[in-house]
Amino acid sequence: MIPLAQAPSLGDFGHDPWWLILGKIVFAFVVALLGTLLGVWFERRVVGFMQVRPGPNQLGPFGLLQTLADGLKMAFKEDILPRSADKVIYFFAPAISVICAVTALSVIPFGPMVSVFGHQTPLQVTDVPVAVLVVLALSSMAVYGIVLAGWASGSTYPLLGGLRSAAQLISYEVALGLSIVAVFMLAGTMSTSEIVAAQGSTTQLTLFGADIQTPGWYALLLFPSFIVFFISIVGETNRPPFDLPEAESELVAGFMTEYSSLKFALIMLSEYVAMVTMSAFTVTLFLGGWHAPWPITIWSGANSGWWPLLWFFGKVILLVFVFVWLRGTLPRLRYDQLMRFGWKVLIPISLVWIVVLAGLRTIDDWDTESRMYAIGIPAGIVLLAALFWPSRKPAPKPTLVEQVDNRPPGSFPLPPMDLQVPPSPRTRRMVAEREPANAPAGQDSEEV
Amino acid sequence: MSTSTLLAASGAVSGGEAVTFWILAPLALAGAIGMVAARNAVHSALWLVLTMLSLGVFYVLQAGPFIGMVQIIVYTGAIMMLFLFVLMLVGREASDSLIEVLRGQRIAAIGLGLGFAGLLGSGVYRATQGSTPVGLEQANAGGNVEGIARLLFTDYVFAFELTAALLITATIGGMILAHVERRKEDKRDQVATMKARFAPGNYPGPKPGPGVFATSSSVATPARLPDGRLSDRSTPDILPVRELTAEETTLKGTEK
Repeated sequence: MIPLAQAPSLGDFGHDPWWLILGKIVFAFVVALLGTLLGVWFERRVVGFMQVRPGPNQLGPFGLLQTLADGLKMAFKEDILPRSADKVIYFFAPAISVICAVTALSVIPFGPMVSVFGHQTPLQVTDVPVAVLVVLALSSMAVYGIVLAGWASGSTYPLLGGLRSAAQLISYEVALGLSIVAVFMLAGTMSTSEIVAAQGSTTQLTLFGADIQTPGWYALLLFPSFIVFFISIVGETNRPPFDLPEAESELVAGFMTEYSSLKFALIMLSEYVAMVTMSAFTVTLFLGGWHAPWPITIWSGANSGWWPLLWFFGKVILLVFVFVWLRGTLPRLRYDQLMRFGWKVLIPISLVWIVVLAGLRTIDDWDTESRMYAIGIPAGIVLLAALFWPSRKPAPKPTLVEQVDNRPPGSFPLPPMDLQVPPSPRTRRMVAEREPANAPAGQDSEEV
Repeated sequence: MSTSTLLAASGAVSGGEAVTFWILAPLALAGAIGMVAARNAVHSALWLVLTMLSLGVFYVLQAGPFIGMVQIIVYTGAIMMLFLFVLMLVGREASDSLIEVLRGQRIAAIGLGLGFAGLLGSGVYRATQGSTPVGLEQANAGGNVEGIARLLFTDYVFAFELTAALLITATIGGMILAHVERRKEDKRDQVATMKARFAPGNYPGPKPGPGVFATSSSVATPARLPDGRLSDRSTPDILPVRELTAEETTLKGTEK
């Protein structure tokens, strides 16, 4: 028996027989479809649980077949084509979204080298030296699906949704690309399988003289990048709280308002496939891909054979849960807040972090003393600057009484500031009338 | 990648490459022609997207996967999307008119275009005929991306930085020219608005509706305040305030 080459490299691709290639493509496609079917069910159940209600629970065990029933119902609905729609583009737009979302799964490594009917093959449809860029290109092409759907519908709400999505996705793509740069710098490659392989080894980190074994997952090593990346993909997949293109309280359903029947089903499909694809992409880039998480790695066979498939999908489901969690927790951002966050927070953080990381990589092979200086002096300067930065002292806020006293004469009357309800005059009169029983006459006049 | 590099380097056109070329080359041409011929601006942009996508695949085919993907991400994904963004604002019914301003210019343009294409094509064909491609293997020796990175950051670093500076300058210039921002102290925020609303001399409540407490429901009839005065805030400025006499307000046909 030939020992399994654990982590596939680029040379392992392109040697499969045709039936194996076909099988892998079908596998990726089934992952996409099942991801949608189960994803919708999962989302509705989890959101239901968070909102203390059952969610779909009637059809099949735990309501598992609800999405299937919904999909069938959608297929049998009447397909409405608006009169003002641009017919060809209206027809093509959902297809563009679906194709882009599904194709991205082809460069995701689901597992290491496995043996399929005697063939050693990596569990990945294909890999190219620029696989990560392929995913980025597909996600930037997927924007066309949304924008064109909005434009071709020929009505106002979809057009607004399409416009929003164009601006939003372009903005968040910049932050997305910048956050991946850190991964490229550490992994030294753009191929997904090699990025996963690079995360498999533990790195020896010498910190203050002590040797620390850190896991190679880039979510830990490149934590700022990971956070920026995850926020960006939430924006990129139009999920709440960044679901402005379809904000139902403002735009009815945004770019898909005019869509019905199977075309609407395709849009839904592409959205959920994109969620699964982007989760898988995150797992690949930052969460070690198919590598087993820490306590399982004690078992030596955890990262060989078909087991990694389990770890991979476990991590994907965890990330999909985070997507649903965000939806259940956060309210939708306002449009200007979204743009400000993307351009003024995420992108500067990414840029600064890349510079810092490049600096750290440069001093990697220096000796310990000069490395200490190289890190310590800039850190000290930053600390001192933060310490002695002149803070703008805001003028003390006038108290409520001062504000009331400073009002110009003739201002609008205000209710009493102490919020004590003055006693009702009728009560006082009754008391006053009762009092003379044991008091000398003539005291009544003092009452008001 | 290694196999495709070798194939491209050997100068021979493999079967897959030829098939891809003959499928995508007509599509790229059709996109280019469609872009010129389409009357709707958004359709034009989409035809151009088709051409750019085909070009991206051609780059990948020519053992330049990095430049191919960058072509798709930057040109198709970002630049054309910005074009679409602007075109969508123009409106759907905005199509070019087919009236020829210069007589015969269309025929002349087609003739000149075909002539130029013929000249260029035959020139390139004659120049490259019989020559064998060399140097691709050396350029892609350490990987395509690494090769480009090495060139960009060693030999061409100055040109690269200069281009970046130029682009940044253009971007900032565009922003300064196009972006109108009121100074912070000129902006009236919510607090200032509320202060002005409750300042003496301004009535903070809503305006009374015309005709309230009045004898007529006409828009021109001012509202009557509780103390009996007329409120001119209740009528539009362009309407003359007019109060009807008792005869005018009585219903027609009820006179005795």
